[in-house]
Amino acid sequence: MAPGSWTGMLGAMIRLAEVGLRYAAPALTGQPGPVPDALRDLSCILPTGSFHWLLGPSGAGKSSLLALLHLALRPSRGELEIFGHRIRETPRAALPALRRRIGMVPQDSRLLPYLTVFDNVALPLRLAGVAEAQIRADVTEMLDWVGLATKTMTLPAALSGGEQQRAALARAVVARPALLLADEPTGNLDLPQARRVLALLREMHRLGTTIVVATHAATLIEEYPAPALYLQEGALIAHG
Amino acid sequence: MVDAPTSLPRGRDPLGLRHALADRLLPALVGAMAMLAALALTAAEGAGVLASRWRGELTGIVTVQMPDTDPARAAAALASLAALPGVASARPIAPERLAALLTPWLGPNMAGLPEQLLPSLIELRLTTSSSVPEALAAQLAAAVPGAAVEWQGLWLGRLVALSDNLRRIALSVLLLVAGVAVAVVVVAVQAGIAARRDSIAILHGIGATDGAIAGRFAGRIAWLAGTGALAGTLLALPLLVGLVGLAAPLTGAVQGAPWARLPWLGLVVLPPGAALLGWSAAQATLRLWLQRLP
Ligand SMILES: Nc1ncnc2c1ncn2[C@@H]1O[C@H](COP(=O)(O)OP(=O)(O)OP(=O)(O)O)[C@@H](O)[C@H]1O
Ligand SMILES: [Mg+2]
Repeated sequence: MAPGSWTGMLGAMIRLAEVGLRYAAPALTGQPGPVPDALRDLSCILPTGSFHWLLGPSGAGKSSLLALLHLALRPSRGELEIFGHRIRETPRAALPALRRRIGMVPQDSRLLPYLTVFDNVALPLRLAGVAEAQIRADVTEMLDWVGLATKTMTLPAALSGGEQQRAALARAVVARPALLLADEPTGNLDLPQARRVLALLREMHRLGTTIVVATHAATLIEEYPAPALYLQEGALIAHG
Repeated sequence: MVDAPTSLPRGRDPLGLRHALADRLLPALVGAMAMLAALALTAAEGAGVLASRWRGELTGIVTVQMPDTDPARAAAALASLAALPGVASARPIAPERLAALLTPWLGPNMAGLPEQLLPSLIELRLTTSSSVPEALAAQLAAAVPGAAVEWQGLWLGRLVALSDNLRRIALSVLLLVAGVAVAVVVVAVQAGIAARRDSIAILHGIGATDGAIAGRFAGRIAWLAGTGALAGTLLALPLLVGLVGLAAPLTGAVQGAPWARLPWLGLVVLPPGAALLGWSAAQATLRLWLQRLP
């Protein structure tokens, strides 16, 4: 941990200070005027081991915030600190190692189309240099958990939307990340499946993982009341 | 979105590079360039052999035979020849030395010949041994009208210059071929990146380093370029043997099999060299492109 870092001192996993994000203007639209900010002046601290729902209407900036936390984008303004690293000051070459400590379930699954479900889920372990025997055991267990035991050798294109989402969840958690980000992880699932996913998230939380889940699913939130970050038009209008 | 594959990939290929990297066109192009490179290598080697052989025979000495034996005219000619640019020294060949030179041809009794019957010869040492400039040849003829000049050096000099230049051209062709090969690899890699943008971003997001992603492309490219170059070099071999056979009378290597005189070291290095070139070009292209990801 960086000496004297805020997150280190406060036991915080994530600290945002007046973070803003503006996407680059699309080159071809010819849209006049400045691009609006996707995120504005976000300030908050998410403690290590916390669970947060990330709420807000469509287009509010939930996916954008998760992209920042996943280090897939850099803030345009303000300061973002994760695992005690001030991202603005962190050299680019140090980011992959941080990303490997973060699990991400993207809104659109984003599985690699040329790998089987098994190999997709195994990717984070292979990047971490885990032994093949261990990988076999971990991935099999994970796929059992998300109900994909019979689909291990299937390619993503042959999976349903819900199955793809569960494979993406398995890939996100298989390497036991310290921070788990999920973007509508139950968007394509029926209620029993969604409950199963929630159970997995709760289990991860119980084991100490810091979790942020963006969702529109009110039923799930009722079943697992937890602090929420509420976004509207890129601004954080409620926390807690 | 990426085109969905229809069959299971053999082995693990997270970026689907077996289908993204022009796996027939690239080896074919690199193979063709390896053939050209092998030809250029052999030509350079052959031209080098010719040049050094001819250079060895080139003494930088021109012999001028005076039209008569008048000592006064010989002295005047000597002075004007010595003054010519490009001439290091000019001296008459002493009658005794001349006699010694001629003895093997005319027999021992020649020593009694009257001096007037011996030709009057002047030996010129040129400042450069590689060639006799055309200008000097003309000046020699003008300085001593009627003199017979032994020109062998002039022709040898031209041949040496020719083979030196051929060698240089062949080496430039080799460089050019290498440059085109690099360009072909860069274009292939850029097409591969365009086809696998999403997958690259996914790998990057999971925490793969630039080196790991670039290594995937570079490994595949090195394999394609290496096998292509190996095939091209093997295909070029019969042609090269024929070429070396044709040049044999000129290089003085008439005995021994022609394949023994191929530039084997260069030919053996060619396929791994192509693989290495492809690997480096792919690494550089990928790493540069990856800089645009955070
Ligand atoms: N890649 C992008 N380039 C430009 N603008 C973007 C990009 N991605 C998102 N935006 C804009 O940023 C704003 C926030 O989008 P974001 O995807 O974060 O919303 P969201 O809260 O996840 O919505 P949803 O609930 O529908 O997934 C939107 O106005 C959107 O148009
Ligand atoms: Mg979203």
